[in-house]
Amino acid sequence: MARVIVVTSGKGGVGKTTTSAAIAMGLAKKGHKTAVIDFDVGLRNLDLIMGCERRVVYDFVNVINGEATLNQALIRDKNCNLLYILPASQTRDKDALSLEGVGKILDELKKDFKYIVCDSPAGIEKGAHLAMYFADDAFIVTNPEVSSVRDSDRMLGILSSKSRRAEQNEDPIKEYLLLSRYSPDRVKLGEMLSVDDVQEILSLHLLGVIPESKSVLNASNSGMPVILDEKSDAGQAYADIVARYLGEDKPHRFIDDKKGLFGKLFGRK
Amino acid sequence: MSSDPQQHDNYLPVLEFKSSTFSVPVLILASNDVIAVEHQLQEKIHLAPEFFKNSPLVIDVQELNKHDLNIDVTELGNTVRKLGLLPIGIRGGTTQQNRQALELGIPVHAGHNVTAYSETQKQQAPEPEPQAVAAATTTMITHPVRSGQRIYASGDLIILAQVSAGAEILAEGNIHVYGSLRGRALAGVQGNTEARIFCSDLQAELISIAGNYKISEDLNGTVLHQPVQIYLQNHTLVIKDI
Repeated sequence: MARVIVVTSGKGGVGKTTTSAAIAMGLAKKGHKTAVIDFDVGLRNLDLIMGCERRVVYDFVNVINGEATLNQALIRDKNCNLLYILPASQTRDKDALSLEGVGKILDELKKDFKYIVCDSPAGIEKGAHLAMYFADDAFIVTNPEVSSVRDSDRMLGILSSKSRRAEQNEDPIKEYLLLSRYSPDRVKLGEMLSVDDVQEILSLHLLGVIPESKSVLNASNSGMPVILDEKSDAGQAYADIVARYLGEDKPHRFIDDKKGLFGKLFGRK
Repeated sequence: MSSDPQQHDNYLPVLEFKSSTFSVPVLILASNDVIAVEHQLQEKIHLAPEFFKNSPLVIDVQELNKHDLNIDVTELGNTVRKLGLLPIGIRGGTTQQNRQALELGIPVHAGHNVTAYSETQKQQAPEPEPQAVAAATTTMITHPVRSGQRIYASGDLIILAQVSAGAEILAEGNIHVYGSLRGRALAGVQGNTEARIFCSDLQAELISIAGNYKISEDLNGTVLHQPVQIYLQNHTLVIKDI
Protein backbone atom coordinates (compact mmCIF):
# COMPACT_ATOMS: atom_id res chain seq x y z
CA MET A 1 0.00 0.00 0.00
CA ALA A 2 1.43 3.34 -1.06
CA ARG A 3 2.03 5.95 1.60
CA VAL A 4 1.81 9.69 1.18
CA ILE A 5 4.35 11.61 3.25
CA VAL A 6 4.08 15.36 3.71
CA VAL A 7 7.16 17.33 4.67
CA THR A 8 5.88 20.44 6.39
CA SER A 9 6.75 23.01 9.05
CA GLY A 10 4.63 26.13 9.00
CA LYS A 11 7.69 28.34 9.07
CA GLY A 12 9.81 29.00 6.00
CA GLY A 13 13.50 28.36 5.55
CA VAL A 14 13.77 25.48 8.01
CA GLY A 15 14.78 22.87 5.43
CA LYS A 16 11.57 21.36 4.04
CA THR A 17 12.79 21.11 0.44
CA THR A 18 16.24 19.84 1.48
CA THR A 19 14.50 17.22 3.62
CA SER A 20 12.01 16.25 0.90
CA ALA A 21 14.81 15.75 -1.61
CA ALA A 22 16.96 13.80 0.85
CA ILE A 23 14.33 11.41 2.15
CA ALA A 24 12.82 10.82 -1.30
CA MET A 25 16.29 9.89 -2.55
CA GLY A 26 16.90 7.80 0.57
CA LEU A 27 13.67 5.82 0.12
CA ALA A 28 14.42 5.25 -3.58
CA LYS A 29 17.98 4.16 -2.79
CA LYS A 30 16.51 1.57 -0.42
CA GLY A 31 14.66 0.11 -3.38
CA HIS A 32 11.24 1.71 -3.02
CA LYS A 33 9.73 3.42 -6.04
CA THR A 34 9.26 7.00 -4.90
CA ALA A 35 7.78 10.20 -6.31
CA VAL A 36 8.45 13.63 -4.87
CA ILE A 37 6.03 16.49 -5.60
CA ASP A 38 6.78 20.19 -5.28
CA PHE A 39 3.66 21.90 -3.89
CA ASP A 40 5.33 25.31 -3.79
CA VAL A 41 3.65 26.62 -6.94
CA GLY A 42 5.12 29.98 -7.90
CA LEU A 43 8.29 29.51 -5.83
CA ARG A 44 9.53 26.26 -7.25
CA ASN A 45 12.82 25.05 -5.79
CA LEU A 46 12.73 21.29 -5.55
CA ASP A 47 13.91 20.88 -9.14
CA LEU A 48 17.05 22.92 -8.30
CA ILE A 49 17.83 20.86 -5.21
CA MET A 50 17.27 17.68 -7.23
CA GLY A 51 19.37 19.03 -10.10
CA CYS A 52 16.69 18.52 -12.76
CA GLU A 53 15.75 22.15 -13.43
CA ARG A 54 16.90 21.95 -17.04
CA ARG A 55 14.70 18.99 -17.80
CA VAL A 56 11.35 20.47 -16.75
CA VAL A 57 8.84 20.44 -19.61
CA TYR A 58 5.45 20.01 -17.98
CA ASP A 59 4.58 20.62 -14.36
CA PHE A 60 2.08 19.83 -11.60
CA VAL A 61 -0.41 22.48 -12.72
CA ASN A 62 -0.31 21.23 -16.34
CA VAL A 63 -1.30 17.79 -15.09
CA ILE A 64 -4.11 19.15 -12.91
CA ASN A 65 -5.46 21.14 -15.87
CA GLY A 66 -5.25 18.12 -18.14
CA GLU A 67 -2.68 19.78 -20.41
CA ALA A 68 -0.22 16.93 -19.90
CA THR A 69 -0.33 13.38 -18.61
CA LEU A 70 1.33 12.41 -15.37
CA ASN A 71 3.92 10.37 -17.26
CA GLN A 72 4.84 13.36 -19.38
CA ALA A 73 5.37 15.58 -16.35
CA LEU A 74 7.26 13.14 -14.10
CA ILE A 75 11.04 13.52 -14.38
CA ARG A 76 13.19 10.50 -13.68
CA ASP A 77 16.11 11.28 -11.40
CA LYS A 78 19.55 11.00 -12.95
CA ASN A 79 21.08 9.30 -9.88
CA CYS A 80 18.40 6.78 -9.07
CA ASN A 81 15.98 5.25 -11.53
CA LEU A 82 13.37 4.53 -8.84
CA LEU A 83 12.95 8.22 -8.06
CA TYR A 84 10.66 10.60 -9.98
CA ILE A 85 10.09 14.31 -9.54
CA LEU A 86 6.90 16.22 -10.24
CA PRO A 87 7.95 19.87 -10.40
CA ALA A 88 5.79 22.85 -9.49
CA SER A 89 4.82 25.54 -11.94
CA GLN A 90 6.81 28.74 -11.57
CA THR A 91 4.47 30.98 -13.55
CA ARG A 92 1.29 30.29 -11.58
CA ASP A 93 0.21 30.65 -7.97
CA LYS A 94 -1.31 28.36 -5.36
CA ASP A 95 -4.85 28.97 -6.60
CA ALA A 96 -4.02 26.87 -9.64
CA LEU A 97 -4.17 23.81 -7.36
CA SER A 98 -7.50 22.24 -6.46
CA LEU A 99 -8.42 19.62 -3.89
CA GLU A 100 -9.99 17.31 -6.50
CA GLY A 101 -7.06 17.78 -8.89
CA VAL A 102 -4.46 16.96 -6.22
CA GLY A 103 -6.50 14.01 -4.99
CA LYS A 104 -6.77 12.60 -8.49
CA ILE A 105 -3.03 12.86 -9.14
CA LEU A 106 -2.17 11.25 -5.81
CA ASP A 107 -4.59 8.39 -6.49
CA GLU A 108 -2.95 7.82 -9.83
CA LEU A 109 0.56 7.92 -8.34
CA LYS A 110 -0.47 5.49 -5.59
CA LYS A 111 -1.09 2.79 -8.20
CA ASP A 112 2.53 2.88 -9.31
CA PHE A 113 4.62 4.21 -6.42
CA LYS A 114 5.43 2.97 -2.91
CA TYR A 115 6.10 6.37 -1.39
CA ILE A 116 4.87 9.80 -2.45
CA VAL A 117 6.69 12.68 -0.78
CA CYS A 118 4.88 16.03 -0.80
CA ASP A 119 7.14 19.04 -0.33
CA SER A 120 4.88 21.60 1.35
CA PRO A 121 5.28 25.34 0.92
CA ALA A 122 5.67 27.48 4.05
CA GLY A 123 2.63 28.95 5.73
CA ILE A 124 -0.73 27.42 6.56
CA GLU A 125 -2.63 28.62 3.50
CA LYS A 126 -3.93 26.78 0.47
CA GLY A 127 -0.66 25.30 -0.81
CA ALA A 128 0.33 23.92 2.59
CA HIS A 129 -3.20 22.70 3.21
CA LEU A 130 -3.35 20.78 -0.07
CA ALA A 131 0.11 19.32 0.52
CA MET A 132 -0.90 17.81 3.85
CA TYR A 133 -4.58 17.05 3.18
CA PHE A 134 -4.09 13.56 1.72
CA ALA A 135 -1.08 12.60 3.85
CA ASP A 136 -0.64 9.34 5.75
CA ASP A 137 2.57 10.41 7.47
CA ALA A 138 3.88 13.87 8.30
CA PHE A 139 7.50 14.86 8.75
CA ILE A 140 7.53 18.06 10.80
CA VAL A 141 10.76 19.91 10.12
CA THR A 142 11.65 22.22 12.98
CA ASN A 143 14.65 24.39 13.79
CA PRO A 144 15.68 24.60 17.43
CA GLU A 145 14.27 28.06 18.03
CA VAL A 146 10.98 29.23 19.54
CA SER A 147 9.19 30.67 16.51
CA SER A 148 9.84 27.58 14.44
CA VAL A 149 8.63 25.35 17.28
CA ARG A 150 5.47 27.43 17.71
CA ASP A 151 4.72 27.26 13.98
CA SER A 152 5.27 23.50 13.98
CA ASP A 153 2.83 23.17 16.85
CA ARG A 154 0.26 25.12 14.84
CA MET A 155 0.85 22.87 11.84
CA LEU A 156 0.36 19.79 14.04
CA GLY A 157 -2.99 21.20 15.09
CA ILE A 158 -3.99 21.62 11.45
CA LEU A 159 -2.83 18.09 10.62
CA SER A 160 -5.01 16.66 13.35
CA SER A 161 -8.11 18.65 12.43
CA LYS A 162 -8.12 19.59 8.76
CA SER A 163 -6.63 16.59 6.96
CA ARG A 164 -8.67 14.01 5.08
CA ARG A 165 -7.94 11.42 7.75
CA ALA A 166 -9.27 13.79 10.41
CA GLU A 167 -12.34 14.75 8.41
CA GLN A 168 -13.23 11.14 7.64
CA ASN A 169 -12.51 9.96 11.19
CA GLU A 170 -9.81 7.55 10.07
CA ASP A 171 -6.62 6.83 12.02
CA PRO A 172 -4.80 10.13 12.47
CA ILE A 173 -1.78 11.10 10.40
CA LYS A 174 1.43 9.67 11.89
CA GLU A 175 3.58 12.59 12.95
CA TYR A 176 7.38 12.57 13.14
CA LEU A 177 9.72 15.29 14.33
CA LEU A 178 12.85 16.17 12.34
CA LEU A 179 15.03 18.70 14.12
CA SER A 180 17.19 20.43 11.54
CA ARG A 181 20.10 22.91 11.63
CA TYR A 182 21.00 21.62 15.09
CA SER A 183 24.22 22.76 16.63
CA PRO A 184 25.27 21.18 19.94
CA ASP A 185 27.82 23.94 20.53
CA ARG A 186 25.18 26.63 20.39
CA VAL A 187 22.81 24.59 22.56
CA LYS A 188 25.55 24.46 25.18
CA LEU A 189 25.90 28.23 25.01
CA GLY A 190 22.16 28.59 25.50
CA GLU A 191 21.65 30.12 22.06
CA MET A 192 19.48 27.29 20.82
CA LEU A 193 16.78 25.07 22.24
CA SER A 194 17.94 21.56 23.03
CA VAL A 195 16.37 18.38 21.66
CA ASP A 196 14.73 17.86 25.05
CA ASP A 197 13.29 21.38 25.10
CA VAL A 198 11.73 20.94 21.66
CA GLN A 199 10.38 17.51 22.50
CA GLU A 200 8.87 18.79 25.72
CA ILE A 201 7.04 21.54 23.87
CA LEU A 202 5.86 19.44 20.94
CA SER A 203 5.65 16.00 22.59
CA LEU A 204 6.31 14.28 19.31
CA HIS A 205 8.23 11.18 18.23
CA LEU A 206 11.75 12.25 17.22
CA LEU A 207 12.75 10.69 13.92
CA GLY A 208 16.13 12.35 13.77
CA VAL A 209 18.38 15.34 14.31
CA ILE A 210 20.11 16.93 11.32
CA PRO A 211 23.17 18.93 12.31
CA GLU A 212 23.89 22.38 10.93
CA SER A 213 26.29 21.58 8.13
CA LYS A 214 28.09 23.20 5.23
CA SER A 215 27.39 20.11 3.19
CA VAL A 216 23.70 21.08 2.94
CA LEU A 217 24.50 24.33 1.15
CA ASN A 218 27.05 22.61 -1.07
CA ALA A 219 24.54 19.93 -1.97
CA SER A 220 21.86 22.50 -2.82
CA ASN A 221 24.22 24.46 -5.01
CA SER A 222 25.32 21.39 -6.90
CA GLY A 223 21.81 19.96 -7.28
CA MET A 224 22.60 16.71 -5.45
CA PRO A 225 20.39 15.73 -2.51
CA VAL A 226 22.62 15.86 0.56
CA ILE A 227 21.89 12.22 1.41
CA LEU A 228 24.13 11.25 -1.54
CA ASP A 229 27.08 12.88 0.24
CA GLU A 230 27.68 9.86 2.42
CA LYS A 231 30.71 11.36 4.11
CA SER A 232 28.84 14.41 5.39
CA ASP A 233 27.18 14.50 8.80
CA ALA A 234 23.91 15.84 7.35
CA GLY A 235 23.90 13.10 4.70
CA GLN A 236 24.39 10.43 7.37
CA ALA A 237 21.68 12.02 9.52
CA TYR A 238 19.19 11.77 6.66
CA ALA A 239 20.24 8.17 5.94
CA ASP A 240 19.53 7.37 9.61
CA ILE A 241 16.16 9.09 9.37
CA VAL A 242 15.11 7.07 6.32
CA ALA A 243 16.25 3.86 8.02
CA ARG A 244 14.32 4.68 11.20
CA TYR A 245 11.23 5.55 9.20
CA LEU A 246 11.45 2.15 7.50
CA GLY A 247 11.57 0.49 10.91
CA GLU A 248 15.29 0.01 11.50
CA ASP A 249 16.56 0.62 15.00
CA LYS A 250 19.29 3.25 14.84
CA PRO A 251 20.58 5.17 17.85
CA HIS A 252 20.30 8.95 17.61
CA ARG A 253 23.44 10.79 16.58
CA PHE A 254 24.51 14.43 16.27
CA ILE A 255 22.74 15.42 19.48
CA ASP A 256 25.91 15.77 21.55
CA ASP A 257 29.23 17.22 20.70
CA LYS A 258 31.28 14.30 19.40
CA LYS A 259 34.68 15.90 19.70
CA GLY A 260 37.23 13.49 21.12
CA LEU A 261 39.81 14.23 23.77
CA PHE A 262 42.09 15.71 21.16
CA GLY A 263 39.32 17.98 19.94
CA LYS A 264 38.49 19.01 23.47
CA LEU A 265 42.09 19.97 24.12
CA PHE A 266 42.78 21.77 20.92
CA GLY A 267 39.41 22.36 19.34
CA ARG A 268 37.74 25.69 18.94
CA LYS A 269 35.86 27.06 21.89
CA MET B 1 -23.15 36.29 8.66
CA SER B 2 -24.98 38.96 6.69
CA SER B 3 -28.31 37.40 7.61
CA ASP B 4 -27.55 37.71 11.30
CA PRO B 5 -30.34 39.89 12.77
CA GLN B 6 -27.87 41.46 15.14
CA GLN B 7 -26.23 43.12 12.19
CA HIS B 8 -29.26 45.38 11.73
CA ASP B 9 -28.96 48.75 13.36
CA ASN B 10 -32.50 48.78 14.70
CA TYR B 11 -32.22 45.39 16.38
CA LEU B 12 -31.29 45.50 20.03
CA PRO B 13 -31.42 42.19 21.89
CA VAL B 14 -33.74 42.46 24.88
CA LEU B 15 -33.37 38.90 26.07
CA GLU B 16 -30.90 36.07 26.31
CA PHE B 17 -31.11 32.42 27.31
CA LYS B 18 -28.64 31.09 29.83
CA SER B 19 -28.38 27.83 31.66
CA SER B 20 -28.10 27.93 35.44
CA THR B 21 -28.10 25.41 38.25
CA PHE B 22 -30.22 26.00 41.34
CA SER B 23 -30.36 24.35 44.70
CA VAL B 24 -33.99 23.45 45.39
CA PRO B 25 -35.44 21.28 48.17
CA VAL B 26 -36.80 17.97 46.96
CA LEU B 27 -39.73 16.35 48.77
CA ILE B 28 -39.19 12.60 48.72
CA LEU B 29 -42.30 10.66 49.60
CA ALA B 30 -42.39 7.27 51.25
CA SER B 31 -46.18 6.98 51.61
CA ASN B 32 -49.05 7.51 49.21
CA ASP B 33 -51.36 8.59 52.02
CA VAL B 34 -51.86 12.28 51.22
CA ILE B 35 -53.38 13.03 54.62
CA ALA B 36 -50.40 11.55 56.47
CA VAL B 37 -48.04 13.45 54.18
CA GLU B 38 -49.92 16.68 54.91
CA HIS B 39 -49.65 16.11 58.65
CA GLN B 40 -45.94 15.46 58.70
CA LEU B 41 -45.23 18.23 56.24
CA GLN B 42 -47.15 20.65 58.43
CA GLU B 43 -45.04 19.63 61.44
CA LYS B 44 -41.82 20.19 59.47
CA ILE B 45 -42.97 23.60 58.29
CA HIS B 46 -43.86 24.52 61.84
CA LEU B 47 -40.21 24.02 62.84
CA ALA B 48 -38.96 26.67 60.35
CA PRO B 49 -41.88 28.61 58.97
CA GLU B 50 -39.75 31.37 57.43
CA PHE B 51 -37.60 28.87 55.57
CA PHE B 52 -40.54 27.09 53.99
CA LYS B 53 -42.63 30.18 53.23
CA ASN B 54 -43.09 30.34 49.44
CA SER B 55 -40.18 27.97 49.03
CA PRO B 56 -39.86 26.29 45.63
CA LEU B 57 -40.10 22.52 45.80
CA VAL B 58 -39.60 19.49 43.61
CA ILE B 59 -41.84 16.53 44.40
CA ASP B 60 -40.10 13.19 44.04
CA VAL B 61 -42.41 10.16 43.72
CA GLN B 62 -39.73 7.79 42.50
CA GLU B 63 -39.57 5.75 45.70
CA LEU B 64 -43.35 5.37 45.75
CA ASN B 65 -43.52 4.13 42.21
CA LYS B 66 -40.68 1.73 42.86
CA HIS B 67 -42.99 0.04 45.36
CA ASP B 68 -46.06 0.40 43.16
CA LEU B 69 -47.65 2.90 45.51
CA ASN B 70 -49.72 5.24 43.38
CA ILE B 71 -50.38 8.73 44.68
CA ASP B 72 -52.91 11.24 43.41
CA VAL B 73 -50.72 14.08 42.20
CA THR B 74 -53.61 16.52 41.82
CA GLU B 75 -54.49 16.10 45.48
CA LEU B 76 -50.83 16.17 46.56
CA GLY B 77 -50.09 19.31 44.53
CA ASN B 78 -53.04 21.16 45.97
CA THR B 79 -52.06 20.11 49.52
CA VAL B 80 -48.48 21.31 49.08
CA ARG B 81 -49.67 24.64 47.73
CA LYS B 82 -52.16 24.99 50.59
CA LEU B 83 -49.22 24.70 53.00
CA GLY B 84 -47.48 27.68 51.36
CA LEU B 85 -44.94 25.81 49.24
CA LEU B 86 -44.54 26.38 45.50
CA PRO B 87 -44.01 23.11 43.61
CA ILE B 88 -41.82 23.74 40.55
CA GLY B 89 -41.47 20.17 39.39
CA ILE B 90 -42.23 16.51 39.74
CA ARG B 91 -39.67 13.76 39.36
CA GLY B 92 -40.07 10.04 38.77
CA GLY B 93 -43.78 10.20 38.05
CA THR B 94 -45.80 7.79 35.95
CA THR B 95 -47.34 8.94 32.69
CA GLN B 96 -50.63 9.61 34.43
CA GLN B 97 -48.99 11.43 37.33
CA ASN B 98 -46.99 13.55 34.94
CA ARG B 99 -50.17 14.50 33.11
CA GLN B 100 -51.84 15.43 36.40
CA ALA B 101 -48.79 17.53 37.33
CA LEU B 102 -48.86 19.38 34.03
CA GLU B 103 -52.54 20.15 34.52
CA LEU B 104 -51.60 21.83 37.79
CA GLY B 105 -48.86 23.78 36.00
CA ILE B 106 -46.04 21.73 37.54
CA PRO B 107 -43.23 20.93 35.08
CA VAL B 108 -42.10 17.33 34.72
CA HIS B 109 -38.45 16.42 35.34
CA ALA B 110 -36.88 13.19 34.23
CA GLY B 111 -36.20 10.81 37.05
CA HIS B 112 -33.07 8.74 37.26
CA ASN B 113 -34.83 5.83 35.67
CA VAL B 114 -38.14 6.97 34.30
CA THR B 115 -38.63 3.96 32.07
CA ALA B 116 -39.27 1.57 34.89
CA TYR B 117 -42.28 3.50 36.14
CA SER B 118 -44.06 3.99 32.86
CA GLU B 119 -47.55 2.64 33.23
CA THR B 120 -48.28 2.07 29.60
CA GLN B 121 -45.28 0.56 27.83
CA LYS B 122 -41.85 0.23 29.31
CA GLN B 123 -40.07 0.93 26.01
CA GLN B 124 -41.84 4.17 25.35
CA ALA B 125 -40.41 6.35 28.05
CA PRO B 126 -36.84 7.61 27.29
CA GLU B 127 -37.72 10.99 25.88
CA PRO B 128 -35.47 13.94 25.00
CA GLU B 129 -34.96 14.87 28.66
CA PRO B 130 -32.27 12.31 29.53
CA GLN B 131 -30.29 13.44 26.48
CA ALA B 132 -30.44 17.05 27.60
CA VAL B 133 -28.80 15.92 30.82
CA ALA B 134 -26.08 14.02 28.94
CA ALA B 135 -25.17 17.06 26.82
CA ALA B 136 -24.03 19.04 29.85
CA THR B 137 -21.55 16.46 31.09
CA THR B 138 -17.81 16.15 30.77
CA THR B 139 -15.78 16.51 27.61
CA MET B 140 -12.62 14.40 27.52
CA ILE B 141 -9.70 15.18 25.23
CA THR B 142 -6.89 12.63 25.01
CA HIS B 143 -4.66 14.22 22.36
CA PRO B 144 -2.51 17.35 22.70
CA VAL B 145 -4.30 20.64 22.09
CA ARG B 146 -2.05 22.43 19.59
CA SER B 147 -1.35 26.10 18.99
CA GLY B 148 -4.29 27.71 17.20
CA GLN B 149 -6.80 25.08 18.29
CA ARG B 150 -9.82 26.01 20.34
CA ILE B 151 -11.90 23.65 22.46
CA TYR B 152 -15.22 24.55 24.02
CA ALA B 153 -17.02 22.34 26.52
CA SER B 154 -20.53 23.04 27.75
CA GLY B 155 -19.78 21.18 30.98
CA ASP B 156 -16.47 20.16 32.51
CA LEU B 157 -13.39 19.74 30.35
CA ILE B 158 -10.71 17.15 31.04
CA ILE B 159 -7.54 17.14 28.96
CA LEU B 160 -5.18 14.21 29.35
CA ALA B 161 -2.36 15.77 27.32
CA GLN B 162 -0.62 19.10 27.03
CA VAL B 163 -2.20 22.38 25.95
CA SER B 164 0.28 24.25 23.75
CA ALA B 165 1.02 27.95 23.77
CA GLY B 166 -1.44 29.66 21.45
CA ALA B 167 -4.20 27.13 22.11
CA GLU B 168 -7.42 28.08 23.88
CA ILE B 169 -9.59 25.86 26.05
CA LEU B 170 -12.95 27.04 27.34
CA ALA B 171 -15.49 25.36 29.59
CA GLU B 172 -18.72 26.38 31.24
CA GLY B 173 -17.68 24.17 34.15
CA ASN B 174 -14.30 23.12 35.54
CA ILE B 175 -11.12 22.53 33.55
CA HIS B 176 -8.62 19.78 34.33
CA VAL B 177 -5.32 19.55 32.44
CA TYR B 178 -3.13 16.53 33.17
CA GLY B 179 -0.20 17.81 31.12
CA SER B 180 1.55 21.12 30.73
CA LEU B 181 -0.88 24.02 30.43
CA ARG B 182 0.84 26.57 28.20
CA GLY B 183 -2.14 28.08 26.36
CA ARG B 184 -5.18 29.97 27.58
CA ALA B 185 -7.65 28.32 29.93
CA LEU B 186 -11.04 29.89 30.64
CA ALA B 187 -13.38 28.14 33.06
CA GLY B 188 -16.94 29.15 33.97
CA VAL B 189 -17.26 31.10 30.72
CA GLN B 190 -21.03 31.47 31.20
CA GLY B 191 -20.54 33.09 34.56
CA ASN B 192 -20.16 30.12 36.90
CA THR B 193 -18.03 31.61 39.67
CA GLU B 194 -17.71 28.21 41.34
CA ALA B 195 -15.76 26.78 38.42
CA ARG B 196 -12.12 25.89 38.97
CA ILE B 197 -9.06 25.13 36.90
CA PHE B 198 -6.82 22.24 37.88
CA CYS B 199 -3.52 21.59 36.14
CA SER B 200 -0.44 19.53 36.79
CA ASP B 201 2.01 22.07 35.33
CA LEU B 202 1.03 25.72 35.17
CA GLN B 203 2.70 27.73 32.39
CA ALA B 204 -0.46 29.31 31.01
CA GLU B 205 -0.61 32.45 28.89
CA LEU B 206 -3.90 33.35 30.51
CA ILE B 207 -6.20 31.86 33.12
CA SER B 208 -9.74 33.02 33.69
CA ILE B 209 -12.71 32.05 35.82
CA ALA B 210 -16.08 33.63 35.05
CA GLY B 211 -14.37 36.56 33.37
CA ASN B 212 -11.79 37.25 36.10
CA TYR B 213 -8.43 36.70 34.50
CA LYS B 214 -4.69 36.78 35.01
CA ILE B 215 -2.06 36.84 32.28
CA SER B 216 1.20 34.99 32.52
CA GLU B 217 3.06 38.13 33.59
CA ASP B 218 0.92 38.18 36.73
CA LEU B 219 1.86 34.63 37.64
CA ASN B 220 4.75 34.64 40.05
CA GLY B 221 7.56 32.14 40.19
CA THR B 222 6.17 30.16 43.11
CA VAL B 223 3.23 28.82 41.11
CA LEU B 224 4.83 28.47 37.67
CA HIS B 225 5.62 24.89 36.66
CA GLN B 226 3.68 23.66 39.72
CA PRO B 227 0.58 21.50 40.01
CA VAL B 228 -2.08 23.99 41.10
CA GLN B 229 -5.77 24.69 41.36
CA ILE B 230 -7.26 28.07 40.54
CA TYR B 231 -10.52 29.36 41.96
CA LEU B 232 -12.38 32.57 42.68
CA GLN B 233 -12.54 34.13 46.11
CA ASN B 234 -14.15 37.58 46.48
CA HIS B 235 -13.79 38.21 42.74
CA THR B 236 -10.07 37.50 42.93
CA LEU B 237 -8.29 34.54 41.37
CA VAL B 238 -6.57 32.38 43.92
CA ILE B 239 -3.81 30.03 42.79
CA LYS B 240 -3.05 27.28 45.28
CA ASP B 241 -0.79 24.30 44.95
CA ILE B 242 -2.36 20.88 45.21
